[in-house]
Parts: sequence; structure tokens; C-alpha cells
Amino acid sequence: MENILGRVLPDYIEGYGEVKPFSGAFSNLGVKGKSQVFVKCVSPRDVKLLNSIREALEKCEIKDGMTVSFHHHLRNGDYVLNMVMDEIANMGIKDIKVAASSIFPVHAPLVEHIKNGVVTGIYANYMSGPVAEAVSKGLLKYPAIMHTHGGRARAIESGDLKIDIAFIAAPTCDEYGNINGVYGPSACGSLGYAIPDAMYAKRVVAITDNLVSYPACPIEISQEYVDFIVKVDSIGDPKGIVSGTTKITKDPVGLKIAKMAAQVIEASGLLKDGFSFQTGAGGISLAVAKYVRDLMKNKGIKGSFAAGGITGYIVDMFEEGLFEALFDVQCFDLKAVESYRRNVAHQGMSASLYGNPHNKGAVVNRLDVMILGATEIDLDFNVNVTTGSDGIIMGGSGGHSDTAAGSKLAIVVTKLLKGRLPIVVDKVTTVTTPGETIDVVVTERGIAVNPKRQDLIEKLKNTNLPIMTIEELKSIAEKMVGVPEKIEFDDKIVAVVEYRDGTVIDVVKKVKE
Amino acid sequence: MKIVNPAKAGSLESNDIFIMVFPNEKGIEIELESIVIKQFGKKIRKVIEDTLKELEVENVKVIAKDRGALDYTIKARVETAIRRAM
Repeated sequence: MENILGRVLPDYIEGYGEVKPFSGAFSNLGVKGKSQVFVKCVSPRDVKLLNSIREALEKCEIKDGMTVSFHHHLRNGDYVLNMVMDEIANMGIKDIKVAASSIFPVHAPLVEHIKNGVVTGIYANYMSGPVAEAVSKGLLKYPAIMHTHGGRARAIESGDLKIDIAFIAAPTCDEYGNINGVYGPSACGSLGYAIPDAMYAKRVVAITDNLVSYPACPIEISQEYVDFIVKVDSIGDPKGIVSGTTKITKDPVGLKIAKMAAQVIEASGLLKDGFSFQTGAGGISLAVAKYVRDLMKNKGIKGSFAAGGITGYIVDMFEEGLFEALFDVQCFDLKAVESYRRNVAHQGMSASLYGNPHNKGAVVNRLDVMILGATEIDLDFNVNVTTGSDGIIMGGSGGHSDTAAGSKLAIVVTKLLKGRLPIVVDKVTTVTTPGETIDVVVTERGIAVNPKRQDLIEKLKNTNLPIMTIEELKSIAEKMVGVPEKIEFDDKIVAVVEYRDGTVIDVVKKVKE
Repeated sequence: MKIVNPAKAGSLESNDIFIMVFPNEKGIEIELESIVIKQFGKKIRKVIEDTLKELEVENVKVIAKDRGALDYTIKARVETAIRRAM
């Protein structure tokens, strides 16, 4: 069958199940149920603190075929996933499904576990590095299932993704399972992505390297959700967890794109008191914040909130009074961690609060402007951030699809070429985010507006910005680099890309050798 | 043009190509490595061959390590390496 975007999908995928085709960004709403959780009650004399990961696995009765989950707040500095998976492998357990909110190069040891059948399934919102390459080569027994950040929360809450044991890397924890991310040698700030796991997994194990006396205030994940606690020497490498500072790009092309994006925001009419804004930590995206900051200051505009993975730059804007509050699912640098600890209006948010389409309203629904990246964007404005142009998995939605759907104005900022590769193409290799939720693409050579936003096209006519069609952008790129040859794929499906509502927006096939 | 010495031009920076040329007895031999080999491998090889033809080079071994260079960059790097090798 084909979904509404014309992507060809099988009706059934081995190891995934029946395929519900994507049928539009807002077509699968209505009344939705939540999953029931069975809790093993803790009596007053029970001791939760255990001596080792092995003991925790035994107490949780780990067995073949189970699903274990991890959060990615320690990013490329995370030790916990590898420690737990090594122990599971040592116990001779097989056929484990790993539900990690994201997978980074540091998780390379997972490749061995995939090869020898310890791990047969993966759920992730984003993956890069050796694990992503192994999945792309078809080494994993079943296709990986790629979620969005909000979609993962939805899948956990609805019971589509059932977690047997959640392992929560806890920068600070007490012996009764109260957790926070703001203190300790591996402090990472907000623990937003771990919250659905803590609330809905059958068993929850906190792994900490900073065991403090009870209670570990300020509590982000509370004792009522945690079965066991294990103290280890270190849960992560601070250098890989958060960067010291996030810096604005100095690349003149990137700055030009960012400036034009800010001009689009200004022309849209959204830049007024109460303005809300989100941008990533990437070079060009963050530079947009710089120009928005200047515009807000010059015009005396007071915004309502900035959201997302929060960076020090956004904290500066908040502390200057440009925003009333911050919604933070994940801190990107130490300055953000410190502000999250100190400022009451620097508010933590769970993955569900951030972007779940099936709750009573996520924060993304309140966003005016979202700045996004793209690996490819096609003539229908569909965006790929999942695979490279060579067909190999190198990312994933993260919050891309969630924020694009929720925001009033979703702007993709990108250079027209990356190396020799044109970014604007006929059809994206993989659809991550549907074009109906993307409003504008800004490149150094020109700006294309989605034809469904005639209102915006009208507003931009009165500016001197280089507005053109997306077909024109594509032809400029092809004049410079030529037309790339098509990548050839096998029939084997290596990953299923779910839209935030749980329908299948695309599949990733194995690249032909 | 006859290649008498080994020579090189270019760099391994993004958007550049690193070209090394060596004397060769038996015609033109090209070893190409590129980050976009699947999408542009044939095109890059053809630009190198055409540039060699224009310079009337008949016997040469070329090792090319491409980091996403555009055609005019490839042409310039090949020509520079060849002139340095004469």
C-alpha cells in the first residue's frame, strides 16, 4: 500500500506488526486510551538500594525477549546503557529489545550485542554512529523503530511500547529513589525524556554515581516510581554530557541564512509581545536566536517562553527579560543546567508535555516559531533528518516532527549545498517530517514558502527578501553541482519511521552493496 | 605532457579534493575515493579524465581523495598537480 505521501509500505512488517499508514499530520486524533501499569508494592521495611546491576537485573527477573529502556540525557557521555547491556549479555540473556530515547557513538558496544543476538530490536528517536551504521547494514534481526520525542512518549503511554525494565541514569539519587539531574559529577539538568519510562515501565531501576541522603531535593522523578537503586562509580563522562558553552557560528554563509530567517519571522507578524520560540543548538539554528534577540531588544518585545533543549544562549535571552519562562526537556550546556537549578521560571517538561500529540495539549502547540534543520527537503516540503543522502541512518526526528506540527511557523534553515550534495531534491530519501507541517525553507540563495501558506507569501512580498519557488531553489543547486545519481536499495527494511501519532510515515531500506 | 615527477595539489578540507599524480608507463590510471562516490563518483572521474585529455597527458597515475569538491575545483587541482609534475 501507499501512505498519503506516496511512500510504498507493506501491510505487515516482521518484528513490527501491522502497518498503519500515515494519513495526515492531524488526522489521527480523537479519544485515546492510556496503558495500565502493574506496580509491585513496596512495604515500609523493604530496602530498595542494591549492590550491583546484576542484582537489580535478577530482582527484576530479566529474561529473554524483554524490552529495556534508557534515556539519553547523558548523550555521548553515557555509560549506563553499555554497563547494563554488558551485564545482560554476561547473564546469557538473548532477544532483548532496547528502547533508548537516543543512541550515540558512545554506544558502539551495542553492535556486538546485535551481532550475537543479545539485542534483536531497537526503538530510538535518534541514532548516530556505529549502531546506526549496523542497523543500516541490516545486522539487527528486526527493523529498528524510529519515533519522535513526543511520539515515544505517546507510544509508552498508550502501551504501543511496553517497557519491562527502565534504567534511569540518575545524576543524583537517594536510597529511596528520588532523582534529580541538577547535582552530582554527571549533572545534566532536566530529565524530561526519562519521565514516561519512569511512569509506565513495569520495573524502574535508578543507576547513580551520586547517592545522597534522603530526600534528594529538588525531586524530578520521585520515589513512587522507582523499584531499585544501584550505586556505581560513574554514570557518564561529563565531557560528552554537556558542552561547556554553545557558540554562535562565525561562518558568514550560516549567518546570512540566520539573518534572513529572522527577517522572515519579523515579516510574519508573530514577533510581538507574548512571542514564543524554539531553536536547536546547531550552528545556523542558534544563530537565528542571535538575530531574533537583536530584533526583540530593538523593538522592546517581551516574549512569553522559549522551549526545547535549552542552551546558554537562550538562558541569556531569558535572563535579559526577553522571555518570561523557559520550558526545558533537556539542557544542552552547563549554563542551562545552572539556570535550571536556580531559576523558578526555567521549567522542566516531560517528553509527553513537550510533544505528545495524544495528550490534552503539548507545549509545541503553544509555539509561534520553530527553527529546524534538514538533511534533505523535497518539492513537497517533506524533510529528511533520518538518513544521509547515501541512505545510511545518521539521525532521526527527535523533536523535529513534533515542533513542526505544533508551531505556527516552522522554518527550515539550511545551506543549499552540503559539500557537493544538494539539499533540495525531487523526493527525500526518507520522510521524517511531512511537508504539510513545514512553512518556509531559508537558504543562502533564496527562500521558498510552502504554497499552502499564501498568507505568508503575501506578507513576504513587501520585503526585499529573495522569495522563489522550491523548484527554483532546486534548479540553482543542480546548476552548481549537477544531478546526483540515485542510491540503490535492497528490499530489506532496516527501520520503520513512525510519525508522532504512531502511523508509519516511511521505512528505511538497506542500501545495496 | 609528460609526467616526470610525483606531485600533489589540493587538501582534505571539506569541499576540496586532494590530487596526487605519479609517472606511469601504461596509460591513465585513477584511484578515486570520495564522500559522495555513490552520487557523483562517475562525474568526478570524468572531470579528471577530461582535464588530463585537455592537458594532453597520456601516461599518469592519479590518486584523488575527494571531500565534496565542485567540478571547477577538481579541474583546477588536477591541472595544478600536473603542472607541478612536469
